[in-house]
Amino acid sequence: MPDNKPDIRSHRLGKGEIADNFGDLHPPLSRSEALIEADRCYFCYDAPCTIACPTGIDIPGFIQKIRSDNIRGSAHTILRENIMGGMCARVCPTEVLCEEACVRNSHEEKPVRIGLLQRYATDPIFTEGSALFARAATTGKRIAVVGGGPAGLSCAHRLAMLGHDVVVYHRDRKPGGLNEYGIAAYKVIDDFAQKEVDYILSIGGIELRGGAVMGVDFSLQQLRDAYDAVFIGIGLGSVNALGLPGEEMTGVESAIDYIATLRQSGDLGELPVGRRVVVIGGGMTAIDIAVQSKRLGAENVDLVYRRGPEQMGASRYEQELAQTNGVNIRRWAKPGGLLGDSHVTGVEFERTELDDEGRLRATGDRFTLAADTVFKAIGQAMDADVFGEGAEHLQLKNGRILVDSAQKTSLDDVWAGGDCVLGGDDLTVTAVQHGKLAAVDIDKRLRTN
Amino acid sequence: MANLNTEFLGIPSPNPFWLASAPPTDKAYNVNRAFEAGWGGAVWKTLGEDPHIVNVSGPRYSALHSNDRRVIGFNNIELITDRPLQTNLDEMRQVKRDWPDRALVASVMFPMNEQTWAKYLPMIEDTGADAFELNFGCPHGMSERGMGAAVGQVPEYIQMATEWAKKAATVPVIVKLTPNVTNILPPAKGALDGGADAVSLINTVNSIMRVNYDTLTMYPTTDGMGTHGGYCGEAVKPIALNMVAEIARTKETQALPISGIGGISDWRDAVDFLALGASNVQVCTAAMVYGFKIIDDLVDGLSNFLDDKQLTLDDLVGKAVPSVTDWQYLNLNYVEKAVIDQDLCIKCGRCHIVCEDTSHQAITNTVNGERRFEVIDEECVGCNLCVSVCPVDGCISMQQLTDGTDPRTGEPIRTEKRNWTMHPNNPMRKTD
Ligand SMILES: Cc1cc2nc3c(=O)[nH]c(=O)nc-3n(C[C@H](O)[C@H](O)[C@H](O)COP(=O)(O)OP(=O)(O)OC[C@H]3O[C@@H](n4cnc5c(N)ncnc54)[C@H](O)[C@@H]3O)c2cc1C
Ligand SMILES: Cc1cc2nc3c(=O)[nH]c(=O)nc-3n(C[C@H](O)[C@H](O)[C@H](O)COP(=O)(O)O)c2cc1C
Ligand code: SF4
Ligand code: SF4
Ligand code: SF4
Repeated sequence: MPDNKPDIRSHRLGKGEIADNFGDLHPPLSRSEALIEADRCYFCYDAPCTIACPTGIDIPGFIQKIRSDNIRGSAHTILRENIMGGMCARVCPTEVLCEEACVRNSHEEKPVRIGLLQRYATDPIFTEGSALFARAATTGKRIAVVGGGPAGLSCAHRLAMLGHDVVVYHRDRKPGGLNEYGIAAYKVIDDFAQKEVDYILSIGGIELRGGAVMGVDFSLQQLRDAYDAVFIGIGLGSVNALGLPGEEMTGVESAIDYIATLRQSGDLGELPVGRRVVVIGGGMTAIDIAVQSKRLGAENVDLVYRRGPEQMGASRYEQELAQTNGVNIRRWAKPGGLLGDSHVTGVEFERTELDDEGRLRATGDRFTLAADTVFKAIGQAMDADVFGEGAEHLQLKNGRILVDSAQKTSLDDVWAGGDCVLGGDDLTVTAVQHGKLAAVDIDKRLRTN
Repeated sequence: MANLNTEFLGIPSPNPFWLASAPPTDKAYNVNRAFEAGWGGAVWKTLGEDPHIVNVSGPRYSALHSNDRRVIGFNNIELITDRPLQTNLDEMRQVKRDWPDRALVASVMFPMNEQTWAKYLPMIEDTGADAFELNFGCPHGMSERGMGAAVGQVPEYIQMATEWAKKAATVPVIVKLTPNVTNILPPAKGALDGGADAVSLINTVNSIMRVNYDTLTMYPTTDGMGTHGGYCGEAVKPIALNMVAEIARTKETQALPISGIGGISDWRDAVDFLALGASNVQVCTAAMVYGFKIIDDLVDGLSNFLDDKQLTLDDLVGKAVPSVTDWQYLNLNYVEKAVIDQDLCIKCGRCHIVCEDTSHQAITNTVNGERRFEVIDEECVGCNLCVSVCPVDGCISMQQLTDGTDPRTGEPIRTEKRNWTMHPNNPMRKTD
């Protein structure tokens, strides 16, 4: 293969094209579109969509209120179960959640567009800043929340509502977790993540401490000593390595880090992009880096995954999104080696298949893909040494925190939720639900003790 | 193609669809367009005395909408024609000359004195109009002046005015009835006794559409004030059908030919009216909502239906009338149960919740731990509520129990009929 100089540069596309590519993926519904769509809802009893929503939003209830132009009531129905109902309306893979369960699928293979209706109902709340929630009488209890992502903020908001005082410690410059640093840019335009955080904080009783890193600036033990309860929602701190020689070459990058840079970039055109991009992985992160590379102007983007479409972490819809954006998805191949000296020039792959027992095995058939940039997107892990002192009896399993159904850990005063706990599905909406459940349980414990 | 030629009171028209007296028939321009589109006849916008009335120059109409703004019901405060009589007469003459095969009926409304009727009717008949329709229906404005519904609500007035009209006219006289009465039969009888050749019904129903949620005044208003208007369109069809059927099935009135009006927008609506005793139908709101082109579906829909059923139009007229009776004659020994087709069921749960909350707790929501909706025959009273709310057409049907016992009552299913007049619970029952 030709060992030419890496072609990585900014401004592959003009300003206008970039603006189009990073505009709203799904434009919001107009009032008439929303009314017509709302009319499609059957107002099901014990609605399957609600059961499928990890936060249990009363979906027919909020849609009914859209029908009657009771938008504030509709938003309240949504946000009282899911304070990040605005974000979830944008980022939930509805095709495998509420919309998959919608009975309209059995009728006409076209669900009610719940996500877009949810956005229609909640958007005005964030523009108008209407206060929908008030705090209960103060309890005098103080709770530390570690993590400013969906799990932490959801927990903090519910605790504040229940009358407790909350301090949120988070590592980053801005709160929001992956809402701010991870979600694909075209899903959350116009700084929505920060608007949502502002709305959440507007309830009062929540103090934010940014740039505060557990394990460095404080330990879990210090929090346990200083607060009545602790909630941990630190997400997944490290990126899985490929484990191949040459991984330290320039041009081999963490998809997560690149996306974080992208999300914080004031001028997307300035971002350097490879001409030929190879993405390794099959989850949401892989799809997002592939599509965003393409939309930044990469000429050729290959996404390579070692198994088939059913096993991909990304939903069918996300896979199609990648394909319609011109990403070549290649399945049944795993990376065998990275090519290049100081800068990566390509990746060698080996084809895979399932053996008779359903185990993945390499076939010996190889091919190479030339690359200016290789993105690793094969998953993340929690840093186990992040807690510092005080976590000696905190039970972990498979590298994640073990919790009960109320999100309580093995420690009596520590709860956890979101990506860092075992058994989640690495979705924003699930993190929100964990935070809410934990808050309710913390409240119960603090009131009975 | 079934033959849709109709002779209503001997007036031929190529199909049974006439435009009702209203804005669509307000002037030659509209009526010419309607006839070009294929309408069988037109009842001209109601004529009155000169000087002509004036309408408000603000909103006359308002609508009850579905969420996608389909017009379900329609309200108006328009009066009769607001153009000089002579203008209307000239145009009617031209239209009838240009369209000899279409029915042209003159709708009229005059004050309650014989001279006026005697003066105007011959003048109007001279245009070549095929018949008169006496508007005793308009529920707003004109009724305040002692005309329209103010006449239509008093059977004696109807009879009197009909007699005057019959004396002054040589062409047939149709009496248009108002639905703003508790019982349609006395007005129909009044028309019959006055010598009416036919009745047409319904005119509009008294109504206020809603309030304006910002100003908290009624809606719509003219300079801040509003007035009740006449309601029509799809929403009024069931009211109209009942009144038509009452006239058609009652001995004293059944001789009256009926022109059916009220909420007709597609051919099925027309079938409803015809089968319940109307010999032709008139349409206003649907034309005002969609334009004249709807005549295409009315005509070929009806024609295809007749072909499929191998019926003539005459066969259809009144076909369903014998099936309409009084409650007391319904067979109380007859038992139906709802049956859910599980292959069609989409599991929305609506049937369950409505039966659970408001009816007889006769539909499951869980069977063996699974979401499943089944009728519990022990509880089902056969009320048809679930059938009415199920979003899937044909998914729930009512099926008759023909033998064994009714699991709800434990009573054996009896083949002999027993209605209320014979029922043991009826203290006034007829004993035989
Ligand atoms: C690229 C990408 C795209 C995604 N797209 C979607 C999508 O479209 N839809 C969807 O539903 N989900 C998506 N997800 C998943 C979703 O973003 C996560 O499931 C969700 O953000 C988890 O929330 P969390 O609160 O558990 O963690 P995070 O959002 O990761 O937040 C963790 C918080 O903890 C803080 N923190 C971490 N370590 C420390 C420490 N040591 N001390 C103090 N604070 C710390 C961080 O600053 C941050 O505030 C995506 C994820 C990625 C990576
Ligand atoms: C705007 C409007 C004006 C009407 N004007 C008259 C009229 O002048 N004379 C009359 O007999 N009926 C009048 N009607 C009643 C209609 O002829 C008809 O009886 C009624 O609207 C019911 O039919 P529909 O549901 O098809 O509209 C009017 C109706 C409307 C909507
Ligand atoms: S399942 Fe679909 S139709 Fe039923 S309530 Fe939910 S959104 Fe509405
Ligand atoms: S329908 Fe025509 S006349 Fe009536 S308000 Fe509209 S534009 Fe004016
Ligand atoms: S209403 Fe109809 S579709 Fe819905 S659960 Fe009942 S039978 Fe099934």
